[in-house]
Amino acid sequence: MTDLPIDLQHQRSGAASWLREAGRAYGAIAALVALLLFNAIFTDRFLSMQAFRLNVTQVSTVIIVAVGMTLVIATGGIDLSVGALMAISGAVAPLIFLSDRAPFDIAWFGTVSAFAIAILVAGAFGLFNGILVAVFRIQPIIATLVLFIAGRGIAQVLTNGSIQTFNNPDFQYIGLGRPLGIPFQAFLVIAIVAIAAWVVRSTVFGRYLLATGGNEPAARLAGVPVARVKLAVYVITGLLAGLAGLIVISINKSSDANLVGMDMELNAIAAVAVGGTPLTGGRANVVGALIGALILQLIRTTLLSHNIPDAVARVVTAAAIVIAVLAQRGRAT
Amino acid sequence: MNPEVTTGAPTAAMEARWARAGSILQRQGALAALVALVLFGVLRYGENFYSEYNIQEVLRYNAMFGLIALGMTFVIMTGGIDLSVGAVAALSSVVLALLSPHGAEIAIAGAIGAGLVVGLINGGLIAWFKIQPFIVTLAMLLAARGVALILADNTNVYVDFASGFMDLDRREFFGLPLRIVIMVAAFVLGSIVLNFTRFGRHVLAVGGNEDAARLAGLPVERILLAVYGMSGALAGVAGVLLGWQTATGAPTEGLGWELSAIAAVVIGGTLLTGGLGSVGTTLVGVVLLGLIFNMLNFENGKGVISLSSYWQTVIRGAILLMVVLLQNQLGRRPITAGA
Repeated sequence: MTDLPIDLQHQRSGAASWLREAGRAYGAIAALVALLLFNAIFTDRFLSMQAFRLNVTQVSTVIIVAVGMTLVIATGGIDLSVGALMAISGAVAPLIFLSDRAPFDIAWFGTVSAFAIAILVAGAFGLFNGILVAVFRIQPIIATLVLFIAGRGIAQVLTNGSIQTFNNPDFQYIGLGRPLGIPFQAFLVIAIVAIAAWVVRSTVFGRYLLATGGNEPAARLAGVPVARVKLAVYVITGLLAGLAGLIVISINKSSDANLVGMDMELNAIAAVAVGGTPLTGGRANVVGALIGALILQLIRTTLLSHNIPDAVARVVTAAAIVIAVLAQRGRAT
Repeated sequence: MNPEVTTGAPTAAMEARWARAGSILQRQGALAALVALVLFGVLRYGENFYSEYNIQEVLRYNAMFGLIALGMTFVIMTGGIDLSVGAVAALSSVVLALLSPHGAEIAIAGAIGAGLVVGLINGGLIAWFKIQPFIVTLAMLLAARGVALILADNTNVYVDFASGFMDLDRREFFGLPLRIVIMVAAFVLGSIVLNFTRFGRHVLAVGGNEDAARLAGLPVERILLAVYGMSGALAGVAGVLLGWQTATGAPTEGLGWELSAIAAVVIGGTLLTGGLGSVGTTLVGVVLLGLIFNMLNFENGKGVISLSSYWQTVIRGAILLMVVLLQNQLGRRPITAGA
């Protein structure tokens, strides 16, 4: 219903509407470039390898989770449990690679199974979300609220609330490895974003995804396996959250179920929204989620490195989210 | 969002019966669960559990969550959501503490006023700028927390004891602690507003079908503004209660309150799609969630099994799951959620 006045404005043409149109299409990229330029010029040592690594380390987990969130949001859903799932996978992995029980006491086997099992456990919880949404038809926000509330508790029960510390270079390569001097997560992020963008754009599953979120009854009538699509996106998001949890504990060299993935659901949703995917479903801008996460990260770095307190940075970030969404409102497909 | 068109055309009478059964369960499922939980507690923990002291403590502590959940109920009935309430309560408690040297009345008014202003900003952005409530209030969660930290200079601010603010908490009305009286009064008022005023009907109409409400000439924008303003103001009152609870303005308090409140509302049977809801059952949801922690303490006190406090969240999640599944199975026919 809001489309009409905006369409009318289009026809008025002129500079203002051109600017608005350009802002919708390229606003996020322009903001990212502007932030990069600003920092390159005004922020000391922004162009150093050290600053680059720090930023990549901080933002990579948000991007990984935001990619999954983009897919969920594209189906018209939302996943509030991602932070809790990160805590669960972060709790499970050390239990395995620190275990002295056969066969996990064999170093390489312990490490490999820690990866596999932790991520699969998170995926299984994602499946739980998916079943609630797809089979029981519970609204996504409530369905995933269950694990948002219970998930962190499950992780704490698993570890009895203790903080697990460790030093396992093989396992921690995922967070601390630096091939070519670049943090390993950067490669992971690029691979995940590329694959997800390809899936959305060029596969049948991608089309099913958008159809499901765009108009579910129509999609169902057209033969889209709506339930399976929904199951799949929550499982994918669970797996990605599991992976992100492992990265976090690798960097921290410890796993604290109380902290791993805290507030991640909100950061990821903010990144998705800033990147231009509307929360109403039917559209998925995977690269946008990447850009959105980078923008929010850079706003923070910019402010903090210019000695602006963290509290002010939060307020500015909030304003940026609102402005970004306002600028994209009513954007044509 | 749209109610699904039922094919196969069952008779109107059957439809009506299902609707009634569904709505009764929607309303009473939480109450049944609460009664069961209380019975279990009474049988297992005996007199201490149903002592006046214990009942008052549970209600007193949960009063602030109740106020937040009350505001959330109205927001959700319009089809929206308010994620900012926890941060707003924290902000209000900071404002309260900072103003407390000027007197308790000014401090309380300031705290509630701060909440109201934040709520009105939320409502304005949602009503006139047409940004999704989820995004607006998510941003406000960040912003209110940020402002709270700025005002408090990143630490807890102590309430001025000379102001007499803390003494108010010890007052009793009809033999009940002030906090409980505030919560009960708020719920009674809320229930009257919802059931007996035009505004209440308008709220439900907006949530049921916003376009239709607009076409029918309802002032949709002003209704949304009022509802989010109310949610903010109630979060402000919760901030005052938080001040009594902690004797400080606590900028980092209120984490996750918004989602607990949503859980309480959902357990109470209010639909997240909007258009249907009840205030009293939200209170049941709040007490139900609050009781779990209390019972866990009693359970550990018995010493038979020792459950760490981590179990609390697991059990809360499980209860949310059970209630939602129950409502879903029995309340499915009449009101099928679109998403």
